[in-house]
Amino acid sequence: MEFDPNAAFEAVGPLLAAFLQVTLLVTVLGSIIAAALGLVWAIGRRELPRIPGAILAWILDVVRMTPLPLQLLFGMAVVTELDGFRRFGDIEPTTLLTYLGIVVFGIHYSTYMAESYRAGIESIRQGQWEAATALSLPRRRTWRAVIIPQALRATLPSLGNWAIAMFKDTPFLIVITVPEMVSEAERIGGASFKYTETFAVAGLIFLAASYPTAVLMRKLEKKLAY
Amino acid sequence: MSDILQALSDYRPYLWEGLQVTLQLSLGGVAVAIVVSVVLGLAAISPLPVLPVVSRVIVEFFRGTSLVVQLFFLYYVLPPLGLDLGPVGAGIVGLGLNYGAYGSEVVRGSLNAVPKGQWETTLALSMSWPLKVRRVVWPQAWALMLPGLNNLTVMLVKGTAVALLLGLHDLTYWADEMRKDPDVGLWTAYGIVFLLYYLIALACSSGLRLLERRAQRRLGLRADVAVTDRATAEAVA
Repeated sequence: MEFDPNAAFEAVGPLLAAFLQVTLLVTVLGSIIAAALGLVWAIGRRELPRIPGAILAWILDVVRMTPLPLQLLFGMAVVTELDGFRRFGDIEPTTLLTYLGIVVFGIHYSTYMAESYRAGIESIRQGQWEAATALSLPRRRTWRAVIIPQALRATLPSLGNWAIAMFKDTPFLIVITVPEMVSEAERIGGASFKYTETFAVAGLIFLAASYPTAVLMRKLEKKLAY
Repeated sequence: MSDILQALSDYRPYLWEGLQVTLQLSLGGVAVAIVVSVVLGLAAISPLPVLPVVSRVIVEFFRGTSLVVQLFFLYYVLPPLGLDLGPVGAGIVGLGLNYGAYGSEVVRGSLNAVPKGQWETTLALSMSWPLKVRRVVWPQAWALMLPGLNNLTVMLVKGTAVALLLGLHDLTYWADEMRKDPDVGLWTAYGIVFLLYYLIALACSSGLRLLERRAQRRLGLRADVAVTDRATAEAVA
């Protein structure tokens, strides 16, 4: 079998379109949700009383340790069960499933990001908390003005790395039939029997987007380190 | 509660089948991943001129292109070329190569994290490279790499759910089949399977924790959590 450069060239257009419309959208919005929720979980684990805190920690563990495809299918089943496709009849099913994917990715990765935030918060010296107490800063303000800004510095590269990991997991959207880049590659490859070319292009697009970002994160980490 | 027990007894053979597929992929994947991590990790720090570069290229390739793309490559592209691994084989090799690449970063990082003085001592004793790695550096790096490998193992177990895309009937597949049965329903079906995955991951993770404690005890060290998380996030990106 020979590599057909023409077939590869023809696949670039539709794959890039799917990449921009779905893959990138899910990654960006999913990362924003994950970063916000992760911070909420991390603060919750420190602020909640013992038993609710332990329950939260256990739920986060279960979400973190179970597969994304299973969670995506579960999300789709819940939407079906609650009759979501009819209730949101004016939204196209594919669009609705894309939103669902964004939410599931956001929740799944928020459990990882919560761990990164936790490490960042723990790296702050005890004196900072004591200083805030000495100034009788309210708890809320202590978090907002003292702890979070410092923790973020230590956490940011880690968050970026999880965002890259999420990006590479987006093909899992296939299980809920969202037409992202790899399922497009499978479709085009199946129609023309040029699997080699289309998957090669899909892989290269992933590499071209994730490798520079990963290098950037490594640089950022060196720069932000104390 | 009785719903859950009823569903468990009705679906026991199917869940067992699913569990076998998931465990096969997990154990096979971990075995391949360990070999890949150690070989690529050692190649990355070897004194030979070409090996580190070759290792770097392989690792960046497998880390940069998505797991699903690699699996589809193994599953769709190789058979017409005369190498048919079958769905289970493709799954094991794909998971092993992908997570092995991540693992090699953990191995490399841990070998580099062994204090410079240890390397210099072996030089003073004029030990050969294989001897000093095996007898001096590796035992110390082993304790450092276990936390990272632990996290990757849990991720690999979760990664076995890609079996679905290879047409295999693993636990995830049976969760969705059970859900369609009106006698079982959504919450029971997924509840059971979520818990099963959680228990598998927990078992792997506790096993590796034990190994880690043992390795640390042998070196007279204590555990450090923050470093581990950071190391995993770095390795996974």
